[in-house]
Amino acid sequence: MSKIIYLDNNATSAVAPEVVDAMTPFLRDLYGNPSSIHTFGGQVARHVEQARESLAALLGADPTEIIFTSCGTESDSTAIRSALACYPDRRHVVTTRVEHPAVRNLCQWLGQPVPGRAPYRVTELPVDSQGMLGLDEFKAALDDDTAIVSVMWANNETGVLFPVDEIGALCRERGLLFHTDAVQAVGKVPINLAKQPVDMLALSGHKLHAPKGVGALYVRRGTRFAPYLMGGHQENNRRGGTESVPLIVGLGKAAELALRNLKQEQTRVRALRDRLEKGLLAKAPGARLNGHPDHRLPNTTNVSFEYVEGEAILLMLDQYGICASSGSACTTGSLEPSHVLRAMGVPFTAAHGSVRFSLSVYNTPEEIETVLEVLPPIIRRLREISPFGREQLAAAK
Amino acid sequence: MWDYTEKVKQHFLHPKNTGEIPKPDLDATVGNITCGDALRLMVRLDGADRIADAKFQTFGCASAIASSDALIELIKGKTLDEAAGITNDDIAAYLGGLPEAKMHCSVMGMEALQKALAQYRHQPFALETEGQVVCKCFGVTDKLIDKVVREQHLHTVEEVTHFTKAGGGCRGCHREIEAIIAKVHGQPAPAPQAKPPPPMTNLQRINRIQEVLAGEVRPLLQADGGDVELVDVDGKRVQVAFRGHCAWCPVSDVTLKGAVQAKLRELVDPEIVVEDVGEHLTNG
Repeated sequence: MSKIIYLDNNATSAVAPEVVDAMTPFLRDLYGNPSSIHTFGGQVARHVEQARESLAALLGADPTEIIFTSCGTESDSTAIRSALACYPDRRHVVTTRVEHPAVRNLCQWLGQPVPGRAPYRVTELPVDSQGMLGLDEFKAALDDDTAIVSVMWANNETGVLFPVDEIGALCRERGLLFHTDAVQAVGKVPINLAKQPVDMLALSGHKLHAPKGVGALYVRRGTRFAPYLMGGHQENNRRGGTESVPLIVGLGKAAELALRNLKQEQTRVRALRDRLEKGLLAKAPGARLNGHPDHRLPNTTNVSFEYVEGEAILLMLDQYGICASSGSACTTGSLEPSHVLRAMGVPFTAAHGSVRFSLSVYNTPEEIETVLEVLPPIIRRLREISPFGREQLAAAK
Repeated sequence: MWDYTEKVKQHFLHPKNTGEIPKPDLDATVGNITCGDALRLMVRLDGADRIADAKFQTFGCASAIASSDALIELIKGKTLDEAAGITNDDIAAYLGGLPEAKMHCSVMGMEALQKALAQYRHQPFALETEGQVVCKCFGVTDKLIDKVVREQHLHTVEEVTHFTKAGGGCRGCHREIEAIIAKVHGQPAPAPQAKPPPPMTNLQRINRIQEVLAGEVRPLLQADGGDVELVDVDGKRVQVAFRGHCAWCPVSDVTLKGAVQAKLRELVDPEIVVEDVGEHLTNG
């Protein structure tokens, strides 16, 4: 197979070489437990705290507001369950229809009757055809029974950004807790929690060039908190379990690099994404963009190719070493296309043929040109095989 | 990533039989774009009802395209009667097997062939026109589900979904599919039954016990100058320590059994056993 062209960074990202180097000493020699009294163990605690400072700097937070976890899902679960535990009299959860399964499936489960607890009232807010949340509808959903508001910062499939500042301000006005799944946003858009009204924020290491198996939860100082993993005194009694020192050090290094690369994400990566998107929309007939063209992450584009099926596109791209994702039913193992595209009202003719490209600072203009050469003929080929779309595409010309 | 055989990949990447036949003798389409896959089969016959040429057009994933191509390879040169005997198993076998969750692609091939034959012979296409639609998401009839359950010896809803897609959408028809499976295998339809609630977790039990002690038991004891503290909960064994008057009271054992255990059995769990471990604590 030819060289890999990796355009699936919203799924996971390459571990930065600097991150590997930073981690290696803690895998080889410095294996001590940061809780130990002896110098050998205790010395690594300093590196854990350094990582905490680097991550806090990326978020505009105070280091004491960072809890290291094992992944984004753990961070989301911890935040939502903590809010429910701290406000047991409140029985309402507000979220959206387009959340990542880490939030969506938990909220849907909370809405089910489970022996031993009454079902929560769960409001899943809709989005418009461009994937945007309506603030009026959001405001109307809040009430005094609301225990937690959980709205993602950026959507993983379309890259659409949610108005976290406005959402947070509305929550503050009513004294409600606001949690955001920022797994896709951290490192791609500027975040300054000192100024932004967010109470809890979840992030994941492997989306920003750290390894899999490490995440973090930001909890604003003064926010009521109940731990999810109970155990030792680690993380200031907020998350039991011996710290994964190498992974935490890796996440700290990745945060440092992300802060340095943030401008590049906004300029160079955005330009590559735009070049790819414009090229595909121009070269492939029946191609359409999913998601708002402006209110988006700089690295993500989600394009539907009508009348062809996403898995077939991905496997043909795979022949060229090009890695992307699809919201098609067949790629997920389920039989229905992406819940995000369906919530946006994308027609089935287009939802099945959706392809998501998500870039990183490691992508090059040459790679983008290769995709622009290779993909349009693939779409034409699959259209020839497909029984649909001939009349429609001819009529559109 | 699906685990496709080399044969599937080959027929997906380089299908030999795509295209259209002008004025075909047989022409049938199954599936639709909403469901995510559809197959149009076109056949040209020679004078003796033998398949001289056949082509397909398919909207769908790799295994749908490969199954379509395999179907054509299998029917070419055969008489219609010979072709009629081809099953979805033949298609899957030709491809060296399909992932379990993709078996419905081979069933789609079989359906297209059956529909084309039925139309050509002016017979009703039983799988589509007869019977009731069970799965409304994917428009699958009880006839098709019955046929596949019988031929493939399927026993679970999940297997039926793999082969027909039925039940793979809103899941609203799972009970009906279970009933069809039961009928085919000669069992009475399973009666819907309420599941008993799962046992409380230890944490839930501890919380509940604390609530009952605080709300129901302690006020009573405190009125007499006594008190009780929860020391530990180990499954259904609840260890408490009596304080104040109760700790020295010669009838505390009676108090214990009478008030605390009865209340906890009534309000938390009928199998709870209360133990007094106060002595050890006061001495230690």
